[in-house]
Amino acid sequence: MGRVILNRILGSIPVILIVTLITFGLMRAIPGDVSAALGGVSSTLAERELIRKNLGLDQPWHVQLVKWYSGMARGDLGRSIFLGKDVTQATFERLPVTVSLSIYALVLTLIFGMITGVLAALRQNTWVDQASMMFAMVGVSMPNFWIGLMMIVFFSVQLGWLPTGGYVPFFQDPWGWLRSTTMPAVSLALLQIGLLARITRSTMLEVLRQDYIRTARAKGLPNYLVVCKHALANTMIPVVTVIGIIVSLLISGAVVTESVFSIPGVGQLLTSAILNRDYPMIQGGLLFVTLLLVAINILVDVAYAWLDPRVRFEGG
Amino acid sequence: MTILAVKNLRVMFKTEHGEIAAVDDVSFDLKQGEVLGIVGESGSGKSVSALAVMGLLPKPPARIAQGEVWFEGENLLHYTDRDMRRIRGPGIGMVFQEPMTSLNPVFTIGDQLMETVRVHQKVGPKAQRDRAIEMLARVGIAMPERRIDDYPHQLSGGMRQRVMIAMALICNPRLLIADEPTTALDVTIQQQILELLLDLRDEFKMAIMIITHNMGVVAEMADRVIVMYAGKIVEQAPVNELFARPVHPYTRGLLDSIPSLDDDRDRLKTIPGTLPRPWALPPGCRFQPRCAFRVDACAAAVPPLVSVRAEHESACIRQDELVAS
Repeated sequence: MGRVILNRILGSIPVILIVTLITFGLMRAIPGDVSAALGGVSSTLAERELIRKNLGLDQPWHVQLVKWYSGMARGDLGRSIFLGKDVTQATFERLPVTVSLSIYALVLTLIFGMITGVLAALRQNTWVDQASMMFAMVGVSMPNFWIGLMMIVFFSVQLGWLPTGGYVPFFQDPWGWLRSTTMPAVSLALLQIGLLARITRSTMLEVLRQDYIRTARAKGLPNYLVVCKHALANTMIPVVTVIGIIVSLLISGAVVTESVFSIPGVGQLLTSAILNRDYPMIQGGLLFVTLLLVAINILVDVAYAWLDPRVRFEGG
Repeated sequence: MTILAVKNLRVMFKTEHGEIAAVDDVSFDLKQGEVLGIVGESGSGKSVSALAVMGLLPKPPARIAQGEVWFEGENLLHYTDRDMRRIRGPGIGMVFQEPMTSLNPVFTIGDQLMETVRVHQKVGPKAQRDRAIEMLARVGIAMPERRIDDYPHQLSGGMRQRVMIAMALICNPRLLIADEPTTALDVTIQQQILELLLDLRDEFKMAIMIITHNMGVVAEMADRVIVMYAGKIVEQAPVNELFARPVHPYTRGLLDSIPSLDDDRDRLKTIPGTLPRPWALPPGCRFQPRCAFRVDACAAAVPPLVSVRAEHESACIRQDELVAS
């Protein structure tokens, strides 16, 4: 088990290197750089050249890259050009916002997605099944920024129940946090609930047809044990893989949702960094997002081995 | 003492070809300690009959249109789901064909054995574990106290079938239904499993209903045999009687198709044709299109099951001639 985790951690190093290389390359492939934004519209070419020189942007790409990697190896991701702060510090100020929003959305997804999927499977071809799958289809089909805007119009503007945007830290005011994050989390989760419900339903239907379910019934087990123990444990195996993907989608979806609800999270931080060509901020911020996703994938693999003894024993 | 009596059972299945009778007007009974063999080709309705007794038919598409299933004086068809759960396990145990897929892959065999004890008896975890180990030892698993924590994928097919048998018998059922228990196993393992079942029958004094398409298994195990064809019983007799004096042409065909050592034919004998599809049954006797003894009258009406001799019944309108020949 420990070896499996170690292998996965070592295996993720090339992933991180490739992602950082791509971000580095892509950012420099976009025309324009930070000097225009920093110098303002009226700055002369000579002034911009000076800014570039001060920031080290006049050096060849490979020199900049080596400098960035050597900084990374020392744990120094550089300073944000615009925020005037350490990149690590700036990211960690915003990360809890995005992570707490994603976790909230994930909890909603797990609860509603799994329950809807399991109920639909158990009541296959009844109105419960059809209504659930219709709901899932609607959830999958609606873009989350549009749902967000509609919710703002309805719950904030018309009814005045919830704030239109902003963010209150959880540890400062839990109730305020709940008020500020519920609409973003719901708009983020709806699509994933639909996705998870559909996968859970089809997996569960497949599992319920298996011979071992018939064996469990033949032993005289009550229905709740057959469903909640024997069927669910097997349904979880493929579903966990999907949950890993859902978490990545939630984090990337948070970028859009954060701008709809003006939430100061990592998504917003990165969007403005990209617009300003704030290279150290973009590279550093994306590195943290990558690390987060890699960690989630390792967690999924661990959960997979924990759920399926056949995988667990293979790894030794 | 009769332990199980099935009377006029008819099981219908909804299919894309309309509703078909997978089991049609089937009656049989089973005495305490008796081994009843049910033989027939795939699709003849033998497994469906067994699942109907267990109350495990998938409904829908299945529906019990008619009949009674008496187990120890109670009609199981009138039982609620809750009552049936008390019968499954302590009353009737069942072993299935596929040991590779019939155990849940994500739980240890010990867990799967113990939960059966747990739902039927009020005993503590220690007693459950002891009972599981005892049962594993009884079905011939070496070092059961270590094997009990194994997962199904760590066991061979024969071992898994032994675990299945242990699981079916752990609550001392009075009837064991074994649906093709050896079909998926190697020949040497088959023999061991059959011997184990007979030993356990003697030890636990239970009745066994063994479903198979293998006449060799029937010869070895059964006291009495039922031959099914296309959802109907075509012949029923004590095992020696059936092998010595088969009456129905289908039974004769089945027995003729067993290869024997002192026989120098190059090809196996077979029954021409195939089992009719259940939505396109032939008129009259269901076997008549394939039958070597067919006469026009065979298509006129479904022949009833009538007595040939004591304890021997057959469903063929020409059986008097066939017995004489």
